[in-house]
Amino acid sequence: MNEPLLSVRNMYVTFSSEHGPVDAVRGISFDIHAGQTLALVGESGSGKSALAMGIVGLLPPSARVTGEVHLDGQSLLGMSDQQWSGIRGRRVGVVFQESLSALTPTMSLGKQVAAAVRVHTNLSKRLAWDRAVELLDMVGIADPGRRAHEYPHQFSGGMRQRAVIAIAIANAPDLIIADEPTTALDVTVQAQILEVLEQAKAETGAGVLLITHDLGVVAGHADNAVVMYAGRAVEHASVEDLYRSPAMPYTLGLIGSVPDAGAAHRRSLVSIDGEPPSALNRPSGCPFAPRCPLVTDACKDAEPELVPVGAEASAHTVACLRFAEVQGRRPDEVFRNIATVVSGTLSDERVLRVRGLGRTFPITKGEIFRRKVGILHALSDVSFEVRAGETLCIVGESGGGKTTTLLEILRLRPPERGLVEVLGHDLSTTSAHLVKTRLRQSVQLVMQDPQAALDPRLPVFDLIAEPLRAAGYGAHATKVRVLEVSGLVGLPPDGLDRFPISLSGGQRQRVAIARALVTQPRLLVLDEPVSALDVSTRASVLNLLARVKAEFGLAMLIVAHDLAMVRHIADRIAVMYLGHVLEEGPAESFFKSPRHPYTRALLSAVPVADPGRERNRSRVVLTGEQPSAWTPAAGCVFAARCPLRPTLSKEIQQRCHLERPALIDCSDARVACHVA
Amino acid sequence: MAETRVSKYIEPPHLRLSRNRLYRRRFARNRGAMIGLMLLGFLVIYATLGGLLTPWHWSDQDFLALTERPSGRHLMGTNQGGGDVLAQTVVGLRRSLMIGLSVSCMTTLISAMVGAFAAYFGGWIERLALALIHFLLIVPSFLVLALVSNRVGGDWLVLVFALALFGWMIAARGVWSMSTSLRERDYILAAEFMGVPKWRIVLRHILPHLSSLLVVNFSLGVTAAVLAETSLSFLGFGVKPPDVSLGSMLADGAGVISSASWLFAFPAAFLLLFTMSMTLIADGVRDALDPVSAEASRR
Repeated sequence: MNEPLLSVRNMYVTFSSEHGPVDAVRGISFDIHAGQTLALVGESGSGKSALAMGIVGLLPPSARVTGEVHLDGQSLLGMSDQQWSGIRGRRVGVVFQESLSALTPTMSLGKQVAAAVRVHTNLSKRLAWDRAVELLDMVGIADPGRRAHEYPHQFSGGMRQRAVIAIAIANAPDLIIADEPTTALDVTVQAQILEVLEQAKAETGAGVLLITHDLGVVAGHADNAVVMYAGRAVEHASVEDLYRSPAMPYTLGLIGSVPDAGAAHRRSLVSIDGEPPSALNRPSGCPFAPRCPLVTDACKDAEPELVPVGAEASAHTVACLRFAEVQGRRPDEVFRNIATVVSGTLSDERVLRVRGLGRTFPITKGEIFRRKVGILHALSDVSFEVRAGETLCIVGESGGGKTTTLLEILRLRPPERGLVEVLGHDLSTTSAHLVKTRLRQSVQLVMQDPQAALDPRLPVFDLIAEPLRAAGYGAHATKVRVLEVSGLVGLPPDGLDRFPISLSGGQRQRVAIARALVTQPRLLVLDEPVSALDVSTRASVLNLLARVKAEFGLAMLIVAHDLAMVRHIADRIAVMYLGHVLEEGPAESFFKSPRHPYTRALLSAVPVADPGRERNRSRVVLTGEQPSAWTPAAGCVFAARCPLRPTLSKEIQQRCHLERPALIDCSDARVACHVA
Repeated sequence: MAETRVSKYIEPPHLRLSRNRLYRRRFARNRGAMIGLMLLGFLVIYATLGGLLTPWHWSDQDFLALTERPSGRHLMGTNQGGGDVLAQTVVGLRRSLMIGLSVSCMTTLISAMVGAFAAYFGGWIERLALALIHFLLIVPSFLVLALVSNRVGGDWLVLVFALALFGWMIAARGVWSMSTSLRERDYILAAEFMGVPKWRIVLRHILPHLSSLLVVNFSLGVTAAVLAETSLSFLGFGVKPPDVSLGSMLADGAGVISSASWLFAFPAAFLLLFTMSMTLIADGVRDALDPVSAEASRR
C-alpha cells in the first residue's frame, strides 16, 4: 500500500478543567488514503469532534494535543499559527455542522468563497469571483451568478451547507474534514449534501474524514470506520466488515438501535442500557463495561487494547476481550433488553379529529409603520384523526407545517379555519372554562429539545409537578403523583432534587415525558421526541413511549422527520408538504407501498444501515427544496418538484398544474395525487 | 434500569430537599457571601445597639471638646458642634441602612414587576409601561425630589417613597429587555401549553432567570439610594439637622477632611463596609440561584 495521506498515531487531546485534566481523546491511531473516506462514529461526548479539531489545530489554547499527526509526511502538531494558515483552507478543508455560524452574516456568499480562494492564490478579485461562481455552481447552487451576491440568511440550510462545502474545496484540498455535515438537515437535503460531498471528493481526489453519529450515513458514504467510545477507538474496520460482523458489543448495539425504514416488517429495537460515562468519571476497566451485556470481571480490570480480529493481521481491529463471542451474533441475541413492540388495544374513541385545518400568518414589513405585504399559508388543508391507543406520525421536510399543526392543536383555541375536535369537543364552540378544567390536562406536549423545554432554574420535582399545580392539585396529591410518574419513566430516585443540567440527555427527555404524563392525559403530542438525543439512548426513549402508550391507551401525535424512527413507532402516518396532507394511511402500507411520489422520494432518501443494500438500491432523488408558502400554486403543491411529472402525458401535467388534487381514498390509505 | 419492572414505584430514601433549602445550602458554601452576611449582621447590630458603646447621646453637645480627635472620652472624636461622632455614626448608619435597603427593595420590586410583566404580556400593556418609563426618565427627578423633601420638612419616610418613585425606571428597562428574550424560550411555551396561568409564568419562569440581574440591581440600588440621599442632604434637602445620616455626616466632614479627617473617615468607612457587604452577598445569592455556577455546586 502506498503512503497514507493523513496518518494519526497515538493521539491524545487533553483539556484542563476545574476538576483537573480531562482526556477527551485517548490514544487514537488511523490512516486516510487519498480518495478514501474514513468515518468517525460516536455519540456526543465520545471525543470525535475534539479529535477532528485537534487535527486541524483549531482547539482552544488550553487544550493539549500529543501524539503524531502527519499530512503527506509533514507533521501537523506543534505548528505555529502562521504555518497553519498555509495548510488550512489550502491542503485541509473543513465543513462544519452549523452552516449558519460557519458563514459570516455580513458578507455575500460569493465574496466569502472568493476570499477563501484569494487567501491561498494570487488571483485578482475579478478572477477569484469567477472562480467562486464556478465553485457554487459545482456544489449545485442554481443560478450561481446571481445568488453569489446574496447573503447567508437568504439561503436555506441545505444551500448554506453547499456553500460551506464550496469554501472547503475552494483550493482543491488534499483532505476534507466534515464534522456532522448533515445533522441539522432534512433527509432529502441530507441525501443531496452527501452526494455533493461525494462529488467534491471525486473532483479533488481528496481523502475525507467524515464525523457522524448516523450509522446510515456511514454505510453509504465511507470506506472505513472508526467507532469511538469514551475517547478511545473501540473498533476500526472497513465498512463492510463493520456491518457484516461487528466485534464490539457497543457497535453491535449501535447497529441494532438504528431503526430500519426499509425493513419488511417492524423489527424490535435494541437498547443499550445507561448513558456514556462522563469524561471526568470513567470506569477503570473497559469504559463500556457498565453498559455491556457480555461484561465479565476481566473487563473491569483493565482497558482492553485494540487487537486484530481473526488470525492474520487483518485491518479489522477491536478493543474487546470477548470479540470472538460477539462476532456473528445478532444485536437482539446479545442485548436482552429488547424493546418489544407492544401493540396496545385500539378503541374506536376518536381522541383528536382535525378537518380542513387552515392557518395563515401575515407577512409584515417596516419597523414603525407595519404594513402587510403578503400572507403566508402555513397550513392550508390538514385533516387527520387519532384514536385512543394509536400513534399518528406527521412526516415531511421542515417548513411543511408540521410544527404549526401541533401548535394549532395545543393552543386549544378556535382554529382560524376548519375543525379541531379534542375528546369530542369542537374547539370552536368549547367554552374557555371547559378547556381550562378538562381539556388542558388531557392534552400534553413533549418538545424536541428537553434542555430547552425544561426550565434550568427548577429542580426536577418542580418541573414534573408543574402541570399538576396548574391543574390545582394539592401538595400531597402532587407529591404522590410525581413519585409515581418518575418511577414509571425510570428516573433515578435521587434525580428529583437535581437540576436538569446535571442530567444526561436521555434522562432529561424522561423528565419531559414524566411531566407530560403526570396529569394522566389522553393525547400526547410529541415534537421530534428523540432527534436531540444520542443514538444509543434513542431506542430506550422510544421503547418508553411505546410502553406508556400501551399501558394507558394514550393517543399520540408525533411530528418527526426521521422516517426510520417513525417506522418503529407509528401506527398511522400523515405526510405533509407546504401545509397540505399529501398522503395519510396505516404505517405498514406507507412503507410497503407508498403511493404519493413525494412519499416515495422521502423514503428513498433515508439512509440504510447496511452497506450492501445502501449502495445498490435505486433512489428517487428529489431536486431542489420545498418552496416557501407565500404564493401556493393553484394546482398540486408538489408539482414543481414531482419526479413523476416528466413521465406524464401533457394533459395530466396540465391538470397537476391547474387543479389541486383532493385527499381521496385509495384502498386503505388516502392520497392527494392525480396519478397515484 | 427500572424500565422492565414498572409495577413498583421506588420511594426516594431521603426526604426531598425543598428548593429554598437547596439554595440556602449553596449560599452557605460561598465563603465571600458568608463574610458579607456577617459584615451586614455586624452593621445592623452596630446600628441598633452601638449606642451602648458611648455614654453620649447623638444629639448631645460636649462644649468642652469641639472638633476633638478620637480619644478615650470620644472614641471617634467630635464634630464642630461637640457632637459625639460614634453616637452619630450609629444613628446615621441606621438611617442610611433603612433608606438604602427600603428604597432598593421598592425599586427592585417595581422594576422587576413592570419590566417582566410588560415584556411577557406585550401589546398595549407593554406600550403603556414603556411610555411610563420614558416619561419618568425625562422628568427632572432630582429637582422634584428636592422640592418634595423640602416641602415635607425632611421626613425621611417621605424621602424613601420619593426616591423609590424615581429610582426604578432604568432597572425596569434592563429587566424588560432581558425578559423579551426569555419569553421566546421553549420552556415558556411548554408552560403555556400546560395551562400555567400567565402571572405564574412570569413569577416562576421569567423572574428567577433574572435573579442575578435583580440582585445586582438591588445592591447597586442600595448604594445609589444612599448616594442620592447623600447628595440631597449635602445640598440641604433630604435628611435635615438635627436628624443625621451617613450622607449628611459625609457632607459635613468633606469640608474639613484635611484638618479633621475623622469626621469624614468614620462615616466613609461605614458606608464602604455597607456597600462591600451588599456586593459580597449579591455575588453569593447569584451563584446560589444559578445552577450552572461551578462555584456553588462544588462538593
